[in-house]
Parts: sequence; structure tokens; C-alpha cells
Amino acid sequence: MLQYVIRRFLLMIPTLFIISIVSFVVIQLPPGDFLTTYIASVAEEDGMVDQALVDALRHRYGLDQPQYVRYLKWMGRLLQGEWGQSLEWDRPVKELIGSRIGLTFVISLTTLMMGWLIAFPVGIFSAVKQYSAGDYMFTALSFIGVGTPNFLLALVFMYAIFKLFDYNTAGLFSVEYQEAPWNMAKVLDLLKHLWVPVLILGTGGTAGLIRTMRANLLDELHKPYVVTARSKGLKENRLTLKYPVRVALNPFVSTVGWALPGLISGTTIVSIVLGLPTTGPLLLRALQSQDMYLAGSFLLLLSMLTVIGTFLSDILLAWLDPRIRLTG
Amino acid sequence: MSLERQDTAASTQGQVLGIQKAIALQEEERIYVASQWQLMRWRFKKHKMAIVGGCVLIVFYVLAIFCEFFAPYDPLKFDPKLIFMPPQTIRFRDDNGLHWPPFVYGIEQQIDPVSFRRTYVLDPEKKYAVKLFARGDPYKMWGMLGGDIHLIGTEGNAGPLHLLGTDRMGRDILSRLITGARISLSIGLVGVFVSLILGILIGGFSGYYGGVFDTVAQRLIEFLRSVPRIPLWMALSAAVPPFWSPIKVYFGITIVLSVIGWTGMARVVRSKFLALREEDFVMAARLAGSGEFRIVTRHMVPSFLSHIIASVTLSIPGMILGETSLSFLGVGLRPPVVSWGVMLKEAQELSAVALSPWLLIPGVAIVLAVLCFNFLGDGLRDAADPYAR
Repeated sequence: MLQYVIRRFLLMIPTLFIISIVSFVVIQLPPGDFLTTYIASVAEEDGMVDQALVDALRHRYGLDQPQYVRYLKWMGRLLQGEWGQSLEWDRPVKELIGSRIGLTFVISLTTLMMGWLIAFPVGIFSAVKQYSAGDYMFTALSFIGVGTPNFLLALVFMYAIFKLFDYNTAGLFSVEYQEAPWNMAKVLDLLKHLWVPVLILGTGGTAGLIRTMRANLLDELHKPYVVTARSKGLKENRLTLKYPVRVALNPFVSTVGWALPGLISGTTIVSIVLGLPTTGPLLLRALQSQDMYLAGSFLLLLSMLTVIGTFLSDILLAWLDPRIRLTG
Repeated sequence: MSLERQDTAASTQGQVLGIQKAIALQEEERIYVASQWQLMRWRFKKHKMAIVGGCVLIVFYVLAIFCEFFAPYDPLKFDPKLIFMPPQTIRFRDDNGLHWPPFVYGIEQQIDPVSFRRTYVLDPEKKYAVKLFARGDPYKMWGMLGGDIHLIGTEGNAGPLHLLGTDRMGRDILSRLITGARISLSIGLVGVFVSLILGILIGGFSGYYGGVFDTVAQRLIEFLRSVPRIPLWMALSAAVPPFWSPIKVYFGITIVLSVIGWTGMARVVRSKFLALREEDFVMAARLAGSGEFRIVTRHMVPSFLSHIIASVTLSIPGMILGETSLSFLGVGLRPPVVSWGVMLKEAQELSAVALSPWLLIPGVAIVLAVLCFNFLGDGLRDAADPYAR
């Protein structure tokens, strides 16, 4: 087990390395560098740009140096915990990102949990009672769930709630808690608002999970060992839960790795629609105004955390299924 | 097989059983002598939802190809007097009973002096006949064929005919929906085509030759699949310069979508290559002296072509959703280009949607298209392996 964890961990390092390069490339992609954009906007406001200041800034961000030196410097600063300055907000990137990344993960993980809690029993039900009315209903629902883009669901949901209850679901906090420091009341307030994005995000993901669970369990249910157990007189409920469900669970856990990037993606776009204070809206803003240090850091952090999440789910899977640590 | 027959000819049961046996045998023989493509066709026909999905998609694509003709209006034509007008209904009866030809009532805009809210009132005095093949806005189909005949309309645009309402600039939603289909549905195909070429090249090489190339390619694929795709897409498409022409932006976005899309394709191709490389018939071809190229194109590709077609179909919805999401966020296609995502962007504000819910109609089209592709893909996937079960 330890050997597997170490091997998996070492494999993660080149991935993280590629991520940092890709994020850096993305920062460099737009035509011109962010200073030209910045200078253009300053020139528009003040009419004059201090050449000495420009040169100083250029030097400060290392824009006068070749690409690889800039990459190394950027990485070096990142590792020391200095994320650079957001040009648009004129605040350190770290300050801007911190709470938003946290909330993004709170939403994603809550959704993941809820997805499991729903998909698990529904999947088992659908498989055991295959081709029953309930199975058809869940199948139809999950097809629609898979086919509807998250942002559309968010729009429809907002519209429906507004029409039915005259209540605007946007935001994650009530007005009075928006700027308040964290305390119990604020957490409770968060929970009160959290269900909206979680429900919207969950619909798509849960639908996929139900399909997976159903298919996996159906594959197992007709295997000889199940027949043997049944012929020995094991009660049906106990039989299903104890053997086939446990086997069907494996591919289920392995999908967490794929589900996490999807959830982060979904959170990004749903947050923009619902106006949640997560990474989504700020990332969009940063990309549109070419605030590339902020955008690059977002991309880097989101990808890194996803890779780490995938790593954790792989370890969980290996712990569940010994065959994987021996062959994978 | 033929149980009814058994009932009617009960007296000569033995004979009937004999006939049944013969029919069963014939069926079986039919299966034995059928070509692989025939087997696939039979298998596919069993999948009712796939057939329905395929038919709906054909309709969609025909609408998209001839959108200038099917759209009642020019999708960019705006009318400040008809802003946020609710959908009209075509009427077949008036106060005197049935009325032919069908018609729409005239419509009058009234602005509330206090809230500035627009309301639309029917004007029962004015009736406009709705005609098939009516003359309307002039267009140039595919930028070449000029014309002004539309499938449906009021002759010479005499009266308003907005069957799905209008948007914030008084543009006809139905026309925009049909025109948007051309972009939204084609971007899926083009994107998948680009992904397919990349996927076959990279997946094929890494599956057939293995080694270092395979390891590197696998790392890369794993990386691309573990990155949250919407943020990556957003970042890449934000890098598309704003001064590009719409057609360049279109291809730029397609390439952005393919950056992740090819990975799925490459995985399928690679795993198929890995499995087929060891097959006896490949070995036989090699022993018979076939060159590498011939083995790949003549023996290996045909045997997994059906799988490729199935996974291509299943990856189109992802592309469509990608374009829609990006355009919706404003980093994808930009007006004046009309696509479903661009249209939905207008529905981003709760206040707009709350008063004019018909702005959400493009969403219905998206869900329908995605579902149909999923059904069709499911059917094709089952058909791709006609020997299973």
C-alpha cells in the first residue's frame, strides 16, 4: 500500500509541473503583455505615463527577460508564497483568491457528498428493480440531467424560484453577513443559501453517477457467486448489500477522480450565473480585463487542487480494492 | 416466434412445430451469413430511442443548412417597436368560426407611463394571413444564392409574425434560433473532426508503437483530463484576440474545444490498437507480407471504425455544450454572430428572464440536441459491437 502511495505521489509531480507550465503559457497567450494593457488604461486616464515607472514595473515583473527566466522567477515566487499583484484590484492575488477558493471547494465537495448520498440508493434501486416504473422514471430523469448544461439549469431554477416564491436565489450570504467575519451565524446563513448551487450542480453529476452505479451493479447481479449465495438461503437485501454492491462500488469510487474536475468546472459557471462569491466570477473578470497574474494563479490553483483531489481518490480506491495497488 | 400460428392450427401441432423450427433455423442462418454491417444495422434498429434521436437530428441539421429559408425573418433585423414581445399564436378561427387561411392579429405596443413596462395588446381589427412560401426579408443563402422566399410568413412582412417572441432589440427569436443552429450544431461537428484527427494520430501512434511516445502521450492525456475544463476553456478563449473576424473566432473556439476533446478519442483509438495488435488476423497479415501501412488501414481501422463512429457521436454534445457555455459567458462567440449560447447570454439577467421567459427557448433546443446525440450515440455504441450478448 505504501509503495503504491509513493509511486502515485511521484507520478503526480510531473503532472503538477505541466500544470504550472500550462498556466504560465495561458498567462502569456493574449497579444501584448499585461503592462501594455495597464499602460494603455493609465494613459487614457492621466494622459501621461511616467516612463521610469513603466521601466521599473517592467523590471519588477521581469518582462525584460526571456520567457524561461520569467517562468522560473514566477515559479520561485509562487513557491515562496508570493502570488503577485492583481493589476485590476491593486491587491495581492493571494488575498483575493483565498476565501473564494475555499468556498469553491466547499460547494464542490458538498455537491459530491450529496451526489453520492442520492446516487447510491437510487442506483441500487434501479438495478435491482430493472425495467420497473421507478427505474424508467430515474433513467429518464438522469438522461435529462446529463443533457442539461449546468448554467441553463441555474437559469431555469432561478426563474422558477422567483416566479413561485418571489425570492431571488442569487448569492451565498444574506446582505447582513456579506462582509461580516466568520462566526456561527454566518456559517448557518451560508448553509441556508448553499442548497441552491448544490442542487443545481448535483443534478448533472448525480445523474451520471446513477447510471454508473446501475450499470455496475447490473453486471454483478447475475454472476455465479450471487446465485450461489442466494441458493444458500441468504436474505435478498443482505445478499445485495453485502456482495455485489461492494464490488460495484469500485468503479464508483474511481469516478470521483473524473467527477472533481467536472464539479469545479460546473461551480465556475454556475457561480457566474448565480453571482456566488467563488472563483468563477472573479476568474471571468480577470480573463476579460487581461489581469493575467490573477487568472493564471486561479488556473494553477484550481488545477492543482483537482489533481491532488484525484490523487486522494486514487488512494481511497486502492485502499478499497487490493487488485489496483498490485497491478495499477 | 409465431405463437398465434400455433393457436389456429392446433390440429396439426407437430407440423406447426416443424415449421417453427424451420423458421428459427432460417433466422439463425440469416444471422450467420449476414455481414458485419448488416448485423450492426439490425442491432441499431432495435434501439428505438436512437432512431428517434437520429431523425430529430436530421431535422435539426436540415433546418440549420437552409436556415435562411426556414427562418421567417433576417435574424439581425431589429425593431424598436417590438421589444420583448411575447410569442404570438397562429389562429385558425375567429369570432365567425373557422377562418382560412390561418392568420395572426395585429399587435400594439403600450408603455406604462409609470413603470415603463411594455405590454402588447392584440388588435382584433387587423388580421394578417399567414402564408407558406411568403416573400419577406431578402437573404443570400450560404452567401451566394439570393432570395426572399421564407417557409412561413405574412406576405411582404405585412404584419408581425414572431412565433417565439422577440428579444431586447425586437429581433425574432425563432429566426435567431434557426440561424443559431447553424453555428451551434456545426461547431460540434468541426470540433469533433479536429479532435478525431488529433486523436487518431496520437492515439494510433501510442497504441501501435508504445514506448516513450506512449508514456508521454498518456501523461499528457491524463493531465488534460484532470484539469477542470471550463476554467481552461475560459482562459484559452479569452486569449482569442478581440479584433479577429467572426470566422476566425469560430475556428479559434473550435480549436480551444478540441484541446480537451481529442484526449477521449485518443484513448479509444489507443486501447483498440493495443487490443488488435495482438489479434491473429493482424499476425496473419504480417506473415503474408503486408506492410505496416496496409495492416493499419486495411485490417485494423475497419475493425474499430464503428467504435470510433460511436464515440465521435457521444463526444459531439460535449462540444456543443462547450461552445454554448463559453458564448454564454461572453468569452466565446460574440455578437453579431448568432449562436444558441450568444442568445442565452441575453437571458443571464434574472430581471429579463422573469419578464420574458421565452428568452430561455434556445435552452430547450440545446437540451434536445444534446439528448438526441446521446441517444444516437448509445444506439451506435450498442450496434458497434453486434456480437456482444
